[in-house]
Amino acid sequence: MNARTLRGKVAVVGIGETTYYKHGQSPDPEFKLALKAILAACKDAGIEPRRIDGFASYSDDRNDATRLAVALGLPHLRSATMQWGGGGGGCCAAVANGAAAIATGQADCVVVFRSLNQGQHGRFGQAAGAGAGAATVSGERSYLVPYGVISPPQRFAMRVQRYMHEHGVRQEALRAIAMASYHHAQNNPRAVMHGKPLDEAKYDASRWIVEPFHLFDCCMENDGAAALVLMDAERAADCAQKPVYLLGAAAGSGLRFGSHAHNSAEYASANFGVVAPDLYRMAGLGPKDVGVVQAYENFTGGVLMALAEHGFFGPEEANEFLRLENLVAPSGRLPLNTSGGNLAECYMHGFELLLEAVRQVRGTSTNQATRNDVALVVGGPMVSPVSDLLLGSKAVL
Amino acid sequence: MKNESSYLPAGLPIPVAEADGLSAPYLAGLQQGRLLVQRCTHCGCWQFGPEWICHQCHAFDPAWVEVAPEGRIYSWERVWHPVHPALRERCPYVAVLVELPQAGNVRMVGNLLGDPMQDVRIGADVVGVYEHHPETSPPHSLLQWRLR
Repeated sequence: MNARTLRGKVAVVGIGETTYYKHGQSPDPEFKLALKAILAACKDAGIEPRRIDGFASYSDDRNDATRLAVALGLPHLRSATMQWGGGGGGCCAAVANGAAAIATGQADCVVVFRSLNQGQHGRFGQAAGAGAGAATVSGERSYLVPYGVISPPQRFAMRVQRYMHEHGVRQEALRAIAMASYHHAQNNPRAVMHGKPLDEAKYDASRWIVEPFHLFDCCMENDGAAALVLMDAERAADCAQKPVYLLGAAAGSGLRFGSHAHNSAEYASANFGVVAPDLYRMAGLGPKDVGVVQAYENFTGGVLMALAEHGFFGPEEANEFLRLENLVAPSGRLPLNTSGGNLAECYMHGFELLLEAVRQVRGTSTNQATRNDVALVVGGPMVSPVSDLLLGSKAVL
Repeated sequence: MKNESSYLPAGLPIPVAEADGLSAPYLAGLQQGRLLVQRCTHCGCWQFGPEWICHQCHAFDPAWVEVAPEGRIYSWERVWHPVHPALRERCPYVAVLVELPQAGNVRMVGNLLGDPMQDVRIGADVVGVYEHHPETSPPHSLLQWRLR
């Protein structure tokens, strides 16, 4: 048996975040937000911030590890990693990379983080190179942008449309995913959409962004920062909080998933076909062991495909499974996005999902699931690479 | 080659080859009203978009072969929210993903000509229509689709 694993070797000991703001409304610049979240996570862990000796982030993060180490006066920076790939596909991989540094003796205390100030830096995915505004376009975007397939929802809608066609999935399944996020956000005072409930009529009446995505199928745009602190399992026991252990981690991509002009072999897919089995193998667990899921919602259709690819239901069962009552805490069949997630808590590129999974295992969520010893986080469906994390309590080890 | 009509308004970014020229034969072909797709001369594998190597047998520099612009709709979307200034008055419009059975089922994205509110059916047969833009700098051509 292959003994190379992160299972039980590393734990999340602290989490922290800033206030979450609507797009462009943060009073603080992005780097300052990052520092605030990092210090909040250290405080939560009950550790002196100078113990940090590593940083991990993802998706072209702008907040350089060296600058963070300088600003915080860290005596010794050992590990500085960033996961390749766009969007939120790296949110779980960033944690795994930080954990790998610890498990292999390259660092002792790694902070994994995401910070986002779109007012300062422009909308994510709409940088100058993204096509819009440019006079010419080449490479992958040249096969899409001249035909008006430009923004992320436009790039992903056809994958979902094909999946819905192949498996007879109805719009109501997407609606249930959106409604679960909004339902949970109403109990979460951190959520940007706290106090703004969503019902079926409001979803149905909302404008199309691109069929099959209504407005409420698409993630928000937000500013803020979130961070978590990792330590090895032995040291974790001495921290202020109940440790939350990594049970499994996996990242990657299936056959030619990123091939240009929508030529993936598995086109109608969220790209977890090869990743989810790796995750379960490392954890020694299966979908039936998972009590609560935080699944990255760039668009609800990605959640639909990702949950099926993680074995929670067959594609043909999606309409039956994806109903609001099955997706809500405390005791739905699979409580989903219990903080409100990207749709209704804060679009922190999925990092808010990781913090919520930690809260679930600790038992401190505002929407606590009954089965919370094993929490799954799914990162960035439909991009390449994607990543996954299984977190759990000491009882599961 | 006069541009009598175009599906989307002028002003969207113009497709040009990468600095290393990988897609230049494809783009030049469109301007000549020819659809060129890579096919490996060693193993016969089709691939699109272009790559420097055959993904199946790893032979370098796959050949470009001309194929008939005929296919069927693999997926589609109707776009309602404009994300580019040129599209502000143009939504909704339809983008389709067309697979080419005669070329190893490679797929390409285009627009489906006609009423943007038409019912779009996955599996419907379509034929390609070259949309030439000699007025742009540099000139370029797109490949659009209409129901057969």
